[in-house]
Amino acid sequence: MGDVTTSAPLLEVEDLRVTFRTGDGQVNAVNGVSFALDEGETLAIVGESGSGKSQTAYAAMGLLARNGSATGTVRYRGRNLLELPQRELNGIRSQEIAMIFQDPMTSLNPYMRVSDQMAEVLMLHKGMGKRQAVEEAARMLDAVRIPDARARIGMYPHEFSGGMRQRIMIAMALLCRPKLLIADEPTTALDVTVQAQIMRLLGEIRKDLGTAVILITHDLGVVAGFCERTLVMYGGQIMEEGRTEAIFATPTHPYTLGLLSAVPRIDREDEALLTIAGEPPDMSRLPPGCPFFPRCAFARPENETIRPPLVTLPDGRRRACHVPVEEILARKEAAQ
Amino acid sequence: MITYILRRLLVAIPTILILIVLSFMLMFAAPGGPFNSDKPLPAAVLANIEARYGLDQPYVVQIFNYVKNIVLHFDFGPSFKYRDQTVSGLIAQGFPVTLTYGSWAFAVSTVLGVAIGTVAAIRHNTWLDYLAVGSAIGASVLPNFVLSPILVLVFTIWLGWLPAGGWSNGGWEVVVMPVIALATTYVASIARIMRSSMLEVLGSGFIRTARAKGLPMSRIIWRHAMKPAMLPVLSYLGPAFVGMITGSVVIDIYFSTGGIGQYFVNSALNRDYAVIMGVTILVGVLTILFNLLVDILYAWIDPKIRY
Repeated sequence: MGDVTTSAPLLEVEDLRVTFRTGDGQVNAVNGVSFALDEGETLAIVGESGSGKSQTAYAAMGLLARNGSATGTVRYRGRNLLELPQRELNGIRSQEIAMIFQDPMTSLNPYMRVSDQMAEVLMLHKGMGKRQAVEEAARMLDAVRIPDARARIGMYPHEFSGGMRQRIMIAMALLCRPKLLIADEPTTALDVTVQAQIMRLLGEIRKDLGTAVILITHDLGVVAGFCERTLVMYGGQIMEEGRTEAIFATPTHPYTLGLLSAVPRIDREDEALLTIAGEPPDMSRLPPGCPFFPRCAFARPENETIRPPLVTLPDGRRRACHVPVEEILARKEAAQ
Repeated sequence: MITYILRRLLVAIPTILILIVLSFMLMFAAPGGPFNSDKPLPAAVLANIEARYGLDQPYVVQIFNYVKNIVLHFDFGPSFKYRDQTVSGLIAQGFPVTLTYGSWAFAVSTVLGVAIGTVAAIRHNTWLDYLAVGSAIGASVLPNFVLSPILVLVFTIWLGWLPAGGWSNGGWEVVVMPVIALATTYVASIARIMRSSMLEVLGSGFIRTARAKGLPMSRIIWRHAMKPAMLPVLSYLGPAFVGMITGSVVIDIYFSTGGIGQYFVNSALNRDYAVIMGVTILVGVLTILFNLLVDILYAWIDPKIRY
């Protein structure tokens, strides 16, 4: 495992599609998503709820609900995770790719002591004895700054606050020093002040351990200071992807523009919060054209039937939109 | 915890008293009496017998005397029907029988029910799941007065493996059929409860975390899912255990086991007041005890519950 060619990406997702069989027919949650992530890189996947951002990550980790299935490829260091036998996938989970979830109240087992939940990871993957594993787990809790970790590790999750529980989740995810950490809305369920602490903690971990991070969020404020690259999803497809500063400074997709305008700003004296008019699309009946068409301020009639391809711009940015970049940039400047 | 248990046991005393008073009221409200038979007794004789058993006293005095005898002498009175038998004696004879086949039925139905429900949940929406659900519905609509004759037909008449009934010393050969007849519907109920609660647990966030940690499925089921999935089953098992160890009238009569299950119906039909009260109090006390035990087990499983 040691010497991996530096040119190959750590994670390479190609034409990932996720569908769910439901009582109301087939739901197409992810529709042909492709992206790559290098070692140590940080990528944000942003979008509204139902945009397919979480399902993209679940598919990669083999965590889809029973009625879901994924096609395409998700290559981790060359191995297609979608085709790995369960045993091998279990070897990658935690050791190579770890995941933390939105709600730390429900994603820790309320019936088990924190020490047992953490220690079992090390006992399983590293073959440690119980005592040594708990010792190591306590050290990790220390590292995520849980006060008095050695004494509190024997407690149950409900005896911790929400922020502390998310710290425990993070510590548990890091036990095997994974190369990639997928954080699914890690701060959504937390207080604003605690959100900032958790994001700072994630930033430090990234720096100290060199872990690559995929941050899934709908909160652009969280993305801005944290991720090198940003991928915007809508209707299970990539709308726009590129360096975070570039996307924030000059969004080239009407949806990105809408998302950015919807972030409340203190420096402007707007009377009302801006929203994107309309509803997210029905994922069981996606239109043949651009999924954002019904809500798009730039829409032209032909966009309803022709799906815009994802094209790469000269600066390396990718976008899927029929509207010329200039038109969108002009509108943005006019708004300011 | 100790004070909680003591408090619960203390509360049980008025509960039992209320049970006694209500049962007495129901008995007195029902027409007829223990000595009204098809051939009416002469009035003088009837009056004499009723005086002998204290039935000529006002209801309040009867209840008071009954409770007094229990508290002071642990005496539940004589049976009105089986002469020379006390209620305590009848229960001492019959309860070990139902306790034996009831405990076995409990063990069998719990193990099988939990296992079937768990497998069905893991294999949700596969043929295994459909088979489990289908046979559970089949079993729960199969009353033991239908099942018992089928068992005898198969195991006694066709195969000749087991005696048709009797108890003698309670060896395995007389226990098997009562256990199957009693356990079947319970297996079905436990499997159904277990399946739905296991499905719910398997869909919860902490199971997704466990999968993301790379734990094998067997470990996820045993270490993470089993305890919380057992909670709804547990609250069913308390009353179910009492139901099983106090037996079943069908089984006691059909297999001639001589357990106390038969008294629940016979004593009421015979207006055998003392036996009605005896088995009612027995079920009441057992129910209180096992509900308490269930609550203690709840606290052991769920760390959020502390008394």
